[in-house]
Amino acid sequence: MKFLSEYRDGDLAKKLLDEITSVVTKPWSIMEVCGGQTHSLVKHGILDLLPSEVNMIHGPGCPVCVTPMHLIDKAIYLAEEKGAILCSYGDMLRVPGAQKSLLDSKALGADIRILYSPLEAVEIAKSNPDKEVVFFAVGFETTAPANALSVLQAAESGVNNYSILTSHVLVPPAIEAVMDDEECNIDGFLAAGHVCTIMGISEYGPIVDKYNIPIVVTGFEPIDLLQGILMVVKQLEQGSSELENQYSRVVRTEGNLKAMEMIQNVFEVQDRVWRGIGNIPESGYEINAQYAAYDANLKFKVDIPDSPENEECIAGQVLKGIKKPKDCPQFGKKCKPEFPLGAPMVSSEGACAAYYHFSQAAQALS
Amino acid sequence: MQLSCPMPKLDFDKITLGHGGGGTLSNKLLEKTVFELLGNDLLDKHHDGAIFDWEGKTAFTTDSFVISPLFFPGGNIGELAVNGTVNDLAMCGAKPKYLSLSFIIEEGLLVEEFWKIVVSIKEATEAAGVKIITGDTKVVEHGKGDKIFINTTGIGKILPNADININRVEEADVIIVSDVVASHGIAIMSVRKGLEFESDILSDTRPLHTAVESLITQFGKDIHLLKDPTRGGLASVLNEIARDSSRGIYLEEQKIPIDDQVKAACEILGLDPLYVANEGIFITVVKESISEEVVQHLRKQPHCTNASIIGQVVNDHPKQVVIKSGIGGKRIVNMLVGQQLPRIC
Repeated sequence: MKFLSEYRDGDLAKKLLDEITSVVTKPWSIMEVCGGQTHSLVKHGILDLLPSEVNMIHGPGCPVCVTPMHLIDKAIYLAEEKGAILCSYGDMLRVPGAQKSLLDSKALGADIRILYSPLEAVEIAKSNPDKEVVFFAVGFETTAPANALSVLQAAESGVNNYSILTSHVLVPPAIEAVMDDEECNIDGFLAAGHVCTIMGISEYGPIVDKYNIPIVVTGFEPIDLLQGILMVVKQLEQGSSELENQYSRVVRTEGNLKAMEMIQNVFEVQDRVWRGIGNIPESGYEINAQYAAYDANLKFKVDIPDSPENEECIAGQVLKGIKKPKDCPQFGKKCKPEFPLGAPMVSSEGACAAYYHFSQAAQALS
Repeated sequence: MQLSCPMPKLDFDKITLGHGGGGTLSNKLLEKTVFELLGNDLLDKHHDGAIFDWEGKTAFTTDSFVISPLFFPGGNIGELAVNGTVNDLAMCGAKPKYLSLSFIIEEGLLVEEFWKIVVSIKEATEAAGVKIITGDTKVVEHGKGDKIFINTTGIGKILPNADININRVEEADVIIVSDVVASHGIAIMSVRKGLEFESDILSDTRPLHTAVESLITQFGKDIHLLKDPTRGGLASVLNEIARDSSRGIYLEEQKIPIDDQVKAACEILGLDPLYVANEGIFITVVKESISEEVVQHLRKQPHCTNASIIGQVVNDHPKQVVIKSGIGGKRIVNMLVGQQLPRIC
């Protein structure tokens, strides 16, 4: 398939791996921020092809993993108690809330629908005028423009029974939170290519300067990832810290101006609680005052307290890259993809689920 | 289809609870549809069950079909219900012979839709050379079903020389898939409400008994196992084989045949084609020495044009399926946990 197969080319991958091996002289810890990159590293078996000096640390960029539990509980409440049609991206459905997941709630009869786009939710709202339709707007900067557009479209066409339950998080503050943690041992970052497609790369310059670390904006295919890793390793070996763009075929320096304008029209930056990590200042989007009528949090004023996480789950430390999933005593024991204690074991982008599959492979192939 | 089988005139256009009551209404509906289209010497007796002579080694299987939507690109629930059971018999190394057919209909189903389904059942039974010899029809209240559920049970005679058994899976056996993967699941997805997208992708629902029969006639006991990777896709069936044979399976991702459009749809939807459902392909595990010959032979059989060797049975990593990716990395392919959910980004 054009534009895809060339980024999965075995010979090219081998060349890049050889180059990484020849350049690296000492151990480095590199965090890939985005869960999509984690997924790709595992899916293509890249982790066990890298030289042992390169230690990939999986970052907090798994949107479903960092969505606070009380929001999942709220989504369930809206579907079950308010009779709303609750629309969501697929991988949010299995994440455990305090009592149950959206998938459990669906099984009990709640009207919970998997969609690929919030614009479909607006259509559902149009054809169900007697029902409230809520889209669970989860994600990083990548999904924000579509969610903003759904609000703009609803407003334009006078659809009043549509709202979004926002859990939008932002990458740059998360990188700072990771770096500010005293236990942090990250030497360089692969920034999330798709986030930068929307936002551009300028936000990362100050982080590079502040922490003196290399950041390479990187794509998601095996060749992208290997190239990104090589670029970081080269910088580290040379002792430099620069902002580089590996994913220049997609990411423009200034980002997607139209998408950013939509985000600015509908959202404003606020503090946000990340599941497992806690509050990060100015790290999320909430709907602004102009479009408050489309904010499910304001429309349905229910106070659902945040329930305590399972005490045995170390998701927070895993999300910050301080601990590896295998450091968790319950990893692969009480906590498995079919019985997750925490969110990172659920999504295919979660570090624990990724490690669960990877460590099995390592064991099987040893 | 409509020309050769014009819909009979009935004085109702929707199926109601009364049509499942067993009385006049039931008779009216079934006589003009099921019995008219599917009639044969055994079914025509209208008895409580079918009575027939039978001897020899036998395969017996059942399956229920609850698909939504009922009509999808490349087929409908009717032919799916026939092909599914025909293929399950074929996977036992059997020649399918008789099927039972049970409907659970939700009140309100259009007679026209029911007619189309029964017509396609007729066509599928003819293509598979099987007869429907007994059946049942129930109607449930609106909201208690999803338009129509179909159960079929099938019986067939094991082909001479067939010896299909999980215990026969041995180290170095070669794993062959009969055609491109993941078409059915993606075709269904393309028309499922809320997830619609435009494509030419068709479901692969079709009978596989002819290909299987010719395979067994040609290669006999060197065919060690046959399985059709329906729900849960290739990954789940291969995991079952690994688990039940206590051996490892080693796959090469690049060798798995997949249609370009299906591959693109999987990329866009965030689905792994290894876990996407199929209805018209099978996996066979064969003796290593005949594997190339099997592929060449299969490619000449109906619905097996893209038959390919995809992997091998190994003694390493018992009970696990390992896949080598296009760039040479390896990963474990697990059984599907629950249903496959599309990812956010």
